Amino acid sequence: MDYTIIIITVVSLGLLALFAAVILYFIAQKFKVFEDPRIDEVLEILPAANCGGCGFAGCRNFAEAIVKAETFEGLNCPVGGAPIMGEAARILGKETLVVDPLVAVLMCNGTPEHRARTSVYDGVPDCRIAHNLYIGETDCSYGCLGKGDCVRACPFDAMYMNTETGLPVILDDKCVACGKCVKACPRNLIELRKKAKKDRKIYVACSNCDKGGPARRACKVACIACSKCVKVCKFDAITIENNLAYIDAFKCTFCRKCPTECPTASILEINFPPRKPAVETEVEAATVNPDV
Amino acid sequence: MKTFPTGGVHPPENKLTAGAAIRQLPLPVNVAIPVSQHIGEPAVVVVNKGDRVKTGQVIARSKGFVSSNIHSSVSGTINKIDTIIDPTGFRQTAVFIDTEGDDWVETIDRSDEIPVEVKLSSEEIIKKCQESGIVGLGGATFPSHVKLTVPAGKICDTLIINGAECEPYLTSDHRLMLERGKEILIGTTILMKALKVSKALIGIENNKQDAISHLSGLAKEFQGIKVQALKIKYPQGAEKQLIKALINREVPSGRLPLDVNAVVHNVGTAFAVYEAVQKNKPLFERVVTITGRSVSNPGNYFVRTGTPVRNLIEAAGGLPEDTGKVISGGPMMGKALPGIDVPVIKGTSGIVLIPRSESERTGILPCIRCAKCVSVCPLNLEPYLLMALSEKGEFERAERERITDCMECGSCSYTCPAGRPLLDYIRLGKSTVIKMARKRMAN
Repeated sequence: MDYTIIIITVVSLGLLALFAAVILYFIAQKFKVFEDPRIDEVLEILPAANCGGCGFAGCRNFAEAIVKAETFEGLNCPVGGAPIMGEAARILGKETLVVDPLVAVLMCNGTPEHRARTSVYDGVPDCRIAHNLYIGETDCSYGCLGKGDCVRACPFDAMYMNTETGLPVILDDKCVACGKCVKACPRNLIELRKKAKKDRKIYVACSNCDKGGPARRACKVACIACSKCVKVCKFDAITIENNLAYIDAFKCTFCRKCPTECPTASILEINFPPRKPAVETEVEAATVNPDV
Repeated sequence: MKTFPTGGVHPPENKLTAGAAIRQLPLPVNVAIPVSQHIGEPAVVVVNKGDRVKTGQVIARSKGFVSSNIHSSVSGTINKIDTIIDPTGFRQTAVFIDTEGDDWVETIDRSDEIPVEVKLSSEEIIKKCQESGIVGLGGATFPSHVKLTVPAGKICDTLIINGAECEPYLTSDHRLMLERGKEILIGTTILMKALKVSKALIGIENNKQDAISHLSGLAKEFQGIKVQALKIKYPQGAEKQLIKALINREVPSGRLPLDVNAVVHNVGTAFAVYEAVQKNKPLFERVVTITGRSVSNPGNYFVRTGTPVRNLIEAAGGLPEDTGKVISGGPMMGKALPGIDVPVIKGTSGIVLIPRSESERTGILPCIRCAKCVSVCPLNLEPYLLMALSEKGEFERAERERITDCMECGSCSYTCPAGRPLLDYIRLGKSTVIKMARKRMAN
């Protein structure tokens, strides 16, 4: 049997492969891109949700940014929160900054019983289209349209539409404040507010910038900018702008005075124990205040 | 017969009121006149609560050049200045007036005489249109004096009068051509004088044979005016399509008819211009068709602006029980009203009551790439693509695909076998792109 042909084939192909390998080696050296290995290390610990809550296009961009940055100022992964940022700081040998965790809050309480339907929208179930088309199914041109753009935008299953109220519900334990719903809402009804202990919240659940009369006609629980809450607040946490009161969550101490003062009940207090009789209000306010 | 070459559909005409002579709608007890009945800056209210106004008196003055004066349509006392939901579906400022008698401003000529001779000069005519609050009555309500002012460096050689009325159901222009033919032709002469052109074409779709023969007969007495019959096709009444159909010139993307030396005005506008120039009557009244298949007494009415749509519906025999939607404008381009208390404005050409069985929207099925929307688009756009881009928020790409060229004729949505809401999303994309462009300009 003649083995020559096999030997020639093996040798010639082997030489060809060697030649190609040498060329590839030099090309790889020539066009080598240096990448900080820490980027991959940090990327490994990030949640990989690519939600964009940090303000970057995805987790990798964020990893690159924190590796490059001098300090963590303005850089925070809201999904991972303090533990992940601490871990990243350990890898990078930098210091962590304390960032208050936030949570999404809907600034509208226009349930059917508060806000009468004036027309029926049978178009595409998309808030952007309804908002672009007309005032909406109720007389309030600022309130929730209830077509669920925010729910569809949420990558963490932290929202659902309540079919009875027609409003979206935010699950505080799942919400990571990525801000997708904030961007999705064409009426800017969702705000990221400071997360308090036991998920307690006091906020103005209204976004209506109309004057008192029209606002009240459109919705029973609309803020009429009477400024009673501003007067009762001892901490300068409440301001009124554009016929609408706003409670600064960073200044609010949860004294629970404004919700009782509000004549239209547009200020909501959530996750608080039931109120005791009026005489003891002062005492109770001090005991339940989680931030002091 | 002439028509535009690309795209277009032919929906059932349903011109139920073609034979119904225009009647005067009884004066409303109170009116709500919005300050923005036109494209451009809203007018500024110049009257106060408690003031007495006469019919035809200015109640809101135009702000800037692209704006229009608003006149009182009744005489009476101003009840309040408040907001109201207008036919566009949004809340805006309006002047509420309680009617007391019908006392017109003295300068308005209310005689039956039809003065033919035009005494005013070109500039005076334009000024008169501006003062009288004349806007395009075809539906777009663009201030007419802006269209009549030819900017330096541009030439206009043809005036086109739009009598196509391609929307199904509507007959207001048709009836106006039959009953006020001479006035429309005088109005056309006035517009020709304002634009300094010697040639005018009146385009009328072939389903209005009586109007074509009537106006052709009358046009013999007027120099330079020709009536042209057009093949029935929607949207022939759109500016660019009408220019292409009549004089075979194509307006380039993003440009205006003046770039091909033409100006288009509606027959209703020609009539309003006649009334403003020859009779000194500002625009506070227009012909509105009230129609629908279940309406017991459909018809065409002269309606004062600010009259609640409710009054019109009552005149037509009340709201039929099976009404699903009340549409302001035609069924193709019109908009469903959020209620029947909205006022009639300058741009309201018709009120169509659609039965529930026809108004319900079908379910949305997946796109099967049949490209019917592409073939019916009169502007050579790709509706399926524009919809997808808007839905996914790819507005930069949508802008490159010329979404702003869309005139929202609705031929794509009409023809889609999968019932996809093409126009709904294109509108969203278009308005977002326009906002983006404005922001860019501001920076």
